[in-house]
Amino acid sequence: MQHWFNRQRYLIDYTVAAMARQRGKNLGLWLIYTTLIFVLASVILLGSALRREAAQVFQGSPDVVAQGLRMGRHEMSHAANIEKLQALRGAPRVEGRLWGYLYDTSSGANYTLQVPSPHEPQYALADGEAIIGEGVARLRKVNVGRSIYLVSPAGPFLNLKVKAILPEATALVSSDLVLVSDADFRRFFQLGADEFTDIAVFVRNPKEVTKVAEKVTIALRQHRVITKADVLRTYEAVFSWREGLLLALLSGAVLAFGILAFDKASGLSAQEKRDIGILKAIGWDTGDIVRMKLWEAMLVSLTAFLAGFALAYAHVFFFSAPLLEAVLKGWSTLYPRVALTPSIDGVQIATLGLLTVLPYLAAIVVPVWRSASADPDAVMR
Amino acid sequence: MLELTQVTKLYHEGQPNQVAAVSEVDLCLQMGAVTVLEGPSGSGKTSLLTLIGCLARPTSGRVALHGEALSGLPEQHLAQVRRSTFGFAFQRFNLITGLSVRDNVMLPAYPLGLPYAELVARADDVMAQLNIGHRAAFKVELLSGGEMQRTAIARALINNPAIVIADEPTANLDAALTTQFLDIVASLKASGKTIVMSSHDPRITRAQVVDRVVTMADGHIVSAA
Repeated sequence: MQHWFNRQRYLIDYTVAAMARQRGKNLGLWLIYTTLIFVLASVILLGSALRREAAQVFQGSPDVVAQGLRMGRHEMSHAANIEKLQALRGAPRVEGRLWGYLYDTSSGANYTLQVPSPHEPQYALADGEAIIGEGVARLRKVNVGRSIYLVSPAGPFLNLKVKAILPEATALVSSDLVLVSDADFRRFFQLGADEFTDIAVFVRNPKEVTKVAEKVTIALRQHRVITKADVLRTYEAVFSWREGLLLALLSGAVLAFGILAFDKASGLSAQEKRDIGILKAIGWDTGDIVRMKLWEAMLVSLTAFLAGFALAYAHVFFFSAPLLEAVLKGWSTLYPRVALTPSIDGVQIATLGLLTVLPYLAAIVVPVWRSASADPDAVMR
Repeated sequence: MLELTQVTKLYHEGQPNQVAAVSEVDLCLQMGAVTVLEGPSGSGKTSLLTLIGCLARPTSGRVALHGEALSGLPEQHLAQVRRSTFGFAFQRFNLITGLSVRDNVMLPAYPLGLPYAELVARADDVMAQLNIGHRAAFKVELLSGGEMQRTAIARALINNPAIVIADEPTANLDAALTTQFLDIVASLKASGKTIVMSSHDPRITRAQVVDRVVTMADGHIVSAA
């Protein structure tokens, strides 16, 4: 065993010395490799973290939502429908929700206006008060106690005093949120007293969500019924689509790197071929030479992989991925400032490793094996 | 005894530019002797040396050491034979640039997996024998021609091979260094090594230490005195 370790140590010593002879070329390749891993890992880590954050944020949201439809388009629901659903067994809490969108021409951003649930006393608001998302506060440069003006396309405007700013932890889905009182909302959007944007149904037993959703569908024929799982799937699909789009755009860079690596690895220089011939002539066998080159490939690819991944981890979890913000996180111009929870998915690392390290190792080893398996005289010639 | 029987080596076999570098050679080399292959450039000396040292396989014929055929051995076994039996000093030295003298000398012993201290001791020992120890830490590209040659010979000797092969060893050396080289050959012979060299340098072919001169022309042996 000691013999084997010594042998590997000498092969690594030789590899390091051989790499130092072409340090500029090797360093350049390493930097390109590291950058590529950094970008790919950043996209994967951020996409995964966003999906995870969304799943956590939605934990307290309604299990089933019923939205009124007319000719396939969304329409307001009415208080009578809420009463129908309150009779359902297994659904202890049914409430009408009020929410809508407002395009703010002054900032070019879309806000989501919403009336907080009466079951969430921490968000209770008097008329003329608002709780706003961190993105809105940032965009409008307002703090707690200051006023914020919203102008409706229909004419009315709201002068709201900021009561609180929602925490950054929920920014992924609350960045653009403006919570207002029921009366302010109805006045602003000119809604009747029995109109609601949709109806939220909370189910006691999570296993019965599907069953309750079926009952809601039967009870409200003119409504579209959406479960929490459906909403989560939509968010996942949005982030996955964005991640996939970015990875597709990056595939060009991956391909370019692959060509560069293959060219560097397979195009053994005359010097490298001569060295392989010399090593064989003085007693190294094919296996020694392949192992030596394998060590070289592993030193380059693994250190680049680890460095790129560590940089991506810091970029995403310590600095909130500023380089990818516009692509992966944004809604309109309100990019949420989310402090993502650090975590690593082993499958993701393995996938990235398989797609980057293994092809590089193969690109190095195969041509070396072809050279090293020939007679020393033939290689040197 | 190293024996070559009807050995032929073709390059570019089957192509219009096919060359018979060695053609139907029969040769028997006695252990412990100094043999020189002489002949003009292109006569097949280097090709024959590569066949003797198992750096290439013959196209046909048989190379045998102590009665055991080497030419048919699988690559891994052949590498073992090269490592344990032969030490090769090339015409252009073929040292690995960027490495120190000691690292170059130790290279053939790396596959043995010896403890590092033993490896260094072995290298220092052969470097001392060849009077190159004071350059141990120098990069090889900084050496003079004579020092490079002594480094190449030290590298050939580190695994204590029975047979040392040297291709045109004095081609790049002046008269003084040639004399120095012949002294090294004499000491190797005295220690029981078999030495096979190629040369067209009369200072080598007429040297007292040489036991046998084999003359080649056009890939054939024309005389074996």
